[in-house]
This record gives sequence, C-alpha cells and structure tokens, in this order.
Amino acid sequence: MSLVVKDLVVDHGAIRAISGVSFTVETGKLSAVIGANGAGKSTLLRTLSGLNKATAGSAHWGEHNLLQGKAESHVRNGVSHVSEGKSVVAELTVEENLDLGALWRRNKKEAAETKNQVVELFPRLGERLSQRADTLSGGERQMLAIGRAVMSKPQLLLLDEPSLGLAPLVIEQIFQTIRGIVDSMNLTVVLVEQNAMGALKIADTAVVLNLGSVATSGSAADLIADPAVRAAYLGY
Amino acid sequence: MAQFINMLLIGIGAGSIYALMAIAMVLVWRSTRVINFAQAGMALLSTYIGFELVQKTGNFWIALPLAMILGAFFSAVIEILLIRTLIRHSTSGPVAGIVPIIATLGLLGLIRAMIGFIWGNQDIQIQPPLSKVGFKLGQETIALSPMNLLVLLTVLAMVLVLGFIFQKTSLGLSLRASAYSPEIAQLAGIRVGAIRTIGWAIAGAAGAAAGLLQTVNGTGAVSPDSLEFSLLLTFGFIAAVIGGLESLPGAVLGAVVLGLVLACVQIYISGTFVFVVAFALLLLVLLIRPQGFIGTKAGRRA
Repeated sequence: MSLVVKDLVVDHGAIRAISGVSFTVETGKLSAVIGANGAGKSTLLRTLSGLNKATAGSAHWGEHNLLQGKAESHVRNGVSHVSEGKSVVAELTVEENLDLGALWRRNKKEAAETKNQVVELFPRLGERLSQRADTLSGGERQMLAIGRAVMSKPQLLLLDEPSLGLAPLVIEQIFQTIRGIVDSMNLTVVLVEQNAMGALKIADTAVVLNLGSVATSGSAADLIADPAVRAAYLGY
Repeated sequence: MAQFINMLLIGIGAGSIYALMAIAMVLVWRSTRVINFAQAGMALLSTYIGFELVQKTGNFWIALPLAMILGAFFSAVIEILLIRTLIRHSTSGPVAGIVPIIATLGLLGLIRAMIGFIWGNQDIQIQPPLSKVGFKLGQETIALSPMNLLVLLTVLAMVLVLGFIFQKTSLGLSLRASAYSPEIAQLAGIRVGAIRTIGWAIAGAAGAAAGLLQTVNGTGAVSPDSLEFSLLLTFGFIAAVIGGLESLPGAVLGAVVLGLVLACVQIYISGTFVFVVAFALLLLVLLIRPQGFIGTKAGRRA
C-alpha cells in the first residue's frame, strides 16, 4: 500500500490553501512535509484525514479514497491523524485518552495488547495512567497524542507539528521515538513540521510546500544537501 | 429539631428531582452546546404519556420506565430533525450560537399547545403508587412519606447508574470525549453525531423521570400550563448553572444545595421568598465562582 496524492486542491472559502499538490509515500517510509507558516501543511493533513473537504484532485491510501467519508471512518481504514497542538483530551485521564483510540476496535484483547505496547514505548505514560492529561508536561502530552493514535492500530500515521512548543531536548526525543515507531511497527508516516532540519534528519523522503504548491521534493538526504532548500528552510 | 429534620427532608426530596432536570440540561449542553428550554415541555409530554400508561397498565412502576424510553425517543428525534439541522445552517454570523437555543423556546410553546390540543387544558390526575402520609418518629409525623422515600431512592439509583455509565463504560468515555473535544473524538474514530443523539436521548429519559416523579410526589395534578413544570425548568436550570453546567456531580450538588436553601427559606422565613432567593443564589454563585461548584473556566468559555 502507498499513499498517492494527485493534483490536490483545497479551498478555505475564497482562499486557495492548496493548489495542485502531488506526491507519493511508499509503505514503511517516513515522509516529511516542510515549509513556512501558511504554506498549507496543516490543511494538507486535515484534508487527508477527512477533517477538511477537497475541491479537486485525488488522494488514496491503497484502495481507500481519502477524500470520501468522514474522519471517523478513516480511522477504521488504518489512517490515524494527530492534529496540531498536543491533541489530547485534557479532562480525561492518560489511560482514558489511550482507550479512546481503541474504542472502535471490536477485538478488546488485541486492543489491550496494543496498550501494553504503547506503555512499553512510552514508560512515562505508564507511570501516569490515572493522572489527568492536563497535568502532563508538553512532551508527555505529545507522547500521549501519538500513543492514542497508535492505539487505533494505524497503517498510515499523519503527524501535525509534534515539535510545536517543546524544548529542544524533548523535540530530539520525540523525533527519535517517531523514527523508532516507523521502523518497529512498519508504519507509513506523513510528518508535517515547521522544524525542517529535525524532520529532514529522520525522514526518508520530503516534500517542500510553498504557498500551497510543491516547491521541491525528493529524498530527505538530497534536500538537506540542496543549497536552495538550505537557504530557504534550514537557515544556513 | 423536628422542624430542622423536616427542612432537610423536604430540601433533599425537592433537590433530588431538580437534580434529574439539571442532569438533563447538562447532558444536552455537553453534547451540543445548547441550553434546552424545551426540556420542561418534553418532560411534560412524557408525564402525559406516563399518565396514559398508568391508566392502561394500572402500575406506576411499569409506566415510569416506559415513559422514560419514549422520552428518550422524542428527545433523540428532536435532536436529529431540529437541532442538527439548525446547528449545520447557523455556523457563522452574530446569532449563530443562540439560534438553536431560541428554537428550543419555540419548541416549548409548541409542545405545550400540542398537549392542550390532545388532552385538553384541564388538569389530569395521576394516582401516587404509595401512601403520601409521613412516617412517624415518636409522636411527630415527619416530612417523609413512603412515596417521598421511593422517589428519593429512584433518583439515587438513576444517578448511580448514570455515573457508572459515564465513568466506567465505553459509551461513557465516548460521551465525555465528544463533549470535551469533538475533533479529537472524531479522529479517534468515535461517531460524534450518533453520540450527540445518545446524549439527547439520555437527557430525554432523565427529564421524563423528573416530570413523572415530581407529579406523583406533589399534588398528582398536571395541566399544559402547569406552574410546577415551569418551576422544575427554572430550578433545574439554576441547579445546572451553579453546579458548573459541565459536570454531572456538579448538577446533583447544585440541585441538592438549591433544594436545601429553598426548603430553609420556606420553613424559617416564608414561601413567598422562594423565587427571590433562588435567583439571588444564582447571582451570588455567578459573582463569586462563575465556573460553578464543579467546573472549569475553559468549560464555561466553550
């Protein structure tokens, strides 16, 4: 299975947020989507997960058409989205936030196994299962948000700015964890990031968005070496 | 001393029925961000249906759950046909947030008119299933009859069942997540639309129970313009707001506090001050602790 996006166009009212974006992500690969504020990165992810409506174009995950159906059905087709800004339910406990991701799964035994995996992956969450999510630090919340998405047993994981508002050391840790999940669970990931350097370092491929179109794309290593990308997005 | 005990009994008894109404308001507020003024009308309709069921079955304890199920059904239908459409059509503009609320006011009038049309405007009478003569404590008759006691126990059982559903089941987790953060709930695969309808349905059932229990606990008489139902709506609403509007325990706490304060006023001062004191209490709580007894500031803003 692979993610294939073709000539995608998304409008916010009268404003064209994304105009003709195409890219492909192969199974088991981590693809970074980088670009400045307002480049359309979040809109792209929200469209892929069914939160925003597309105007034209197509987007498929395997045979599933991502532009059809609501967000809640995408989860059932193996697509999980962690939205921007530490997306956890603050009023619920850590454990309830994790359980939330697996509510739709019929097989409760498997779901319990996934929970053990997540707790193994993020031991800090395991220690805080009965605490309310709003007592967690920013990094822990981000881990919880990713943990909740993993609870849905995704094949395609859409991550929106996991580094937002975190300290540099924590960002490093989150990025390493994401890379770890991709390798150990054979996930396909689209990682939207403002922190271009950090994202490119762990990514296999990357797409650079500029004002709603693809400025350039290719392997992450090539993009890091590209002088134009370095000047525009990496700051050196 | 006897007077004080009577005050407590009356207060808790009245408060327990306000609690059901407050729970209904909180459930609707949490699931769709609407204050449902039609709740009293829906409770009234369920009470009339309960009256018919008592006539048919001759047993109040069969009629009550049936009326609750029908109350849940009506409430779900209103959410699907009316509220869902209104919310979809009024997503922008200065009046967007209040359109559904105004609509519930209109619905209240509509339901009352409809009841008058079907059953007439005269009082109907529901026979209480148990004696309403107070228990004796030594020489004194206290303000607690077998009927009062059963109402109290029924409300307590319902609150416990609801609490269990909300805290311990998957449905409860879905209801809470959808209330606090619909988008995250949706991304986690929860069908938020259906969950909202279920929230309205449970509110309808709680409202039906409040209407029927209040009626048999009081005079047993109901009319489409029943003052008791206006009071039930007003006090249920006040209880929900002082409880925090977001929390079910808050709604119960708010209702019991309101019931006790009003009973105190009624017994030690005068029944004519009940309304004044209820609104004074509302203002006082809003001034001192605007988020309610149990509630977060963020919740109030949402």
